[in-house]
Amino acid sequence: MSRISFQVNDRKISAPEGMSLLGACLNADIHIPHLCYMEGMTEPPASCRLCFVEIEGRREPVTACTLPVRSDLKVRTDTPAVRRLQRTALRLLLSVHHVDCKHCIANYKCELQRTARFLGIGLKPKHLDHYSKEPEVDDTHPHLIHRPNRCVLCGRCIHICESRHGRAYIAMARRGFDTVLTFYGSTDAIDLPAPDCTACIDVCPVGALESKHGE
Amino acid sequence: MSPPDKRSRSAAYLALQETALQEQEEHAETGGPVIHIGLATCGIAAGALETRHAFEQVLAERKIPARIHPVGCLGHCYAEPVVIIDHPDSGFPPIFYHEVTPGKAKMLARLFLEEGDPRFEHVYGAMKPNDLIPSVMEFSRFSREHRVVMEKCGRIDPGDLNEYIAEGGYRALDAVLRMDPGQVIETVTASGLRGRGGAGFPTGLKWERARTAFGDKLVICNADEGDPGAYMDRAIIESDPHQVLEGLAICAHAAGAGEGGIYIRSEYPLAVRIITRAVEQARQAGLLGKNILGSGIDLEVTVFQGSGAFVCGEETGLIQSMEGRRGMPRHRPPYPVSRGFQGRPTVINNVKTLAYLPLILQRGAEWFRSLGTEHSPGTAVFSVVGDVVHPGLVEIPMGVTLRTLIFDICGGIPKHKGFKAVQIGGPSGGCLPESFLDIPIDFDSLTEAGAMMGSGGLVVMDEATCVVNVSRYFLDFTQKESCGKCTFCRIGARHLLDILTRITCGNGRDGDLEQLERLSRDIKQGSLCGLGRTAPNPILTSLAYFREEYETHVQDGRCPGMMCRPLTAFYIDLEKCARGCDACATCCPTDAVFTTSTRKKGIDLDTCVKCGECVTACPPEYDAVRRVSPAHLAPVVERPAEPVESAADKPENREAP
Repeated sequence: MSRISFQVNDRKISAPEGMSLLGACLNADIHIPHLCYMEGMTEPPASCRLCFVEIEGRREPVTACTLPVRSDLKVRTDTPAVRRLQRTALRLLLSVHHVDCKHCIANYKCELQRTARFLGIGLKPKHLDHYSKEPEVDDTHPHLIHRPNRCVLCGRCIHICESRHGRAYIAMARRGFDTVLTFYGSTDAIDLPAPDCTACIDVCPVGALESKHGE
Repeated sequence: MSPPDKRSRSAAYLALQETALQEQEEHAETGGPVIHIGLATCGIAAGALETRHAFEQVLAERKIPARIHPVGCLGHCYAEPVVIIDHPDSGFPPIFYHEVTPGKAKMLARLFLEEGDPRFEHVYGAMKPNDLIPSVMEFSRFSREHRVVMEKCGRIDPGDLNEYIAEGGYRALDAVLRMDPGQVIETVTASGLRGRGGAGFPTGLKWERARTAFGDKLVICNADEGDPGAYMDRAIIESDPHQVLEGLAICAHAAGAGEGGIYIRSEYPLAVRIITRAVEQARQAGLLGKNILGSGIDLEVTVFQGSGAFVCGEETGLIQSMEGRRGMPRHRPPYPVSRGFQGRPTVINNVKTLAYLPLILQRGAEWFRSLGTEHSPGTAVFSVVGDVVHPGLVEIPMGVTLRTLIFDICGGIPKHKGFKAVQIGGPSGGCLPESFLDIPIDFDSLTEAGAMMGSGGLVVMDEATCVVNVSRYFLDFTQKESCGKCTFCRIGARHLLDILTRITCGNGRDGDLEQLERLSRDIKQGSLCGLGRTAPNPILTSLAYFREEYETHVQDGRCPGMMCRPLTAFYIDLEKCARGCDACATCCPTDAVFTTSTRKKGIDLDTCVKCGECVTACPPEYDAVRRVSPAHLAPVVERPAEPVESAADKPENREAP
């Protein structure tokens, strides 16, 4: 497959044809904050709205995960407009996040912590009220403990479940602000294809999913 | 393209046309009066079914040889239920009657149909110019409109395919089927038709892209109309479904699709029924299905019901929903014309866009271009609602000003109140003040003003409206209807709503307005789909044009429109209150009205829920109940420690029936 080279922040990088700009930048060690994107995704959900970049010739910042690489691209990943959108998105996510890092399994490896450090903002956003969902813990699943107030609804768990088992055993339910993960009410382990599969836990960027059976 | 002459019509079409014309002739030969009743959802809601029943009863009882002709919606919501009586033997032209209750229906059947007395006091107008009765065309609500896409609405029976064919229906399709698809697209491109779903994308260009795309193609009619206060797509489907189907078939031929779908919301049960029946009729008549009109071209059409998510009106959300998934929009590109339903190239057009097609193909691109403006040719259909005298569906050429639409055509603001604002384009549109009344209505001017054409909802607001509260209402709607996928829309819209709710409750804080602006701007830029990208429009426009109103809410706790309940209070003007009158006290649901020591009335502000019942109850000659904002301006009247005996409390009055 042919490689395409293009310019990011005054650097020339190259990537295979058909790759997304986000994937190419990450491969070249140019960090762009992201939560919902995973390597190898053909159609990223583009739902976390963090991976904004500015492309020369475009009026507004665009998401890097949805943009295939092209040779004429001139990309900037750190303009004020990009940072403003990224910071707002992260603040919004944090305004519904139960910040209690000390007791969280994702502490030190959490994408939210990492992104907040990268963007230089605190974990408790000012000027925004904080909202919590009820219940705090959803433990209806036979193997999983889900914490909606940690979840960022990136959809990685759904994506990995579908690619591992042919169909997703996790989905999103309800609408708007009340959107939560659901397990289709599968409380019985017999409904599940592989009881020892922990793919969803492994890909969760924030520790919203935990195994009931310990590490 | 010149109108097709008779030679160019197919044998199959000519046969259908003959049957249709024969049926018309039979009706004409039978003679007798015809009663046209508007039986679309709007008419039914106003009681048209009861009206029809009343007519049926009287006709049967008194053996009057009249025919009831169910029609769709004429668009005159203020006049529903609408009945047009065509009684040729009486010597009168067809007469338009408004608000025909069952009682009125029985009276008209007896006096007009039997005795030939049209009851002038109930006549709204005649449908044709004549010497006896003023014609409806003398009213600007009728004469200033220019009906193109709604030409047949309210005149034909939506359940009768023959009536549509007799009016020249499916003639355009017949001609198109023997044209090269490229030629069809050329005509549509030349006409300058832009998508009527809201964004105004050139229809011809969309089709061209679909035609050149590779794969098994599909066309879909988007009838998932969901804006609050917008109902023109429903009215068109309920009044003239075959015109939409014909448009869909034309679109399918141009794009090279063998399959079509109609995505309609299930909250429109009557429209679903009518379009499903229309598809069946067309299939049986050979207008859909295999080998349409003997042309060798196939088109299978299925009706798909949406399940009530507003966001499924967005085309990628609609596709997800049709595929059986959660209705969540995805990133575009790829656009549906290159990758849509099940990965196939999919053309999605709005109901109105499709309904224009038979007319454009029949009358030519030049004719369409002669209407409207250069960049927005054709007409626009608006559902004008809110504080106007004559609400309803209005079809006007593009380029007419808002002032003409609201004041000249729809009769202006009722009750001698002043105009305050107009919300165009529903929850995605903007709130425009009086200074914008003279801008022409077209895609580009409205977008420039910060509003948008949207699907055509237009809410007029009088001076007693609080724009903050209106913004809150629309945000509440979009916030609930967000699919929850992307961060900005899911969480951002909730924060916006929360700030607006706070302001309307009198708990606004310093910096709230700046926060609203900042957040709105980011949501607009950062959201994934059109819903999120347009959701802050009501806030951004109202903040731009009515900022002082927001400021008075936050700084003075005052609501100039007197709409925000926590910021207002009721009191009774003791100068005007009549001694011994109990009108307000008896209607108060919380017993907040008490009798003062002077036997006048006072309102206990702690118990009052500010429902406004007392304002309605107070006799106009006293007009003593006042509403003020901020709430602390209401004079405090002490409730007497001992209840003063009022007229209603006296035993002899209590017994009164």
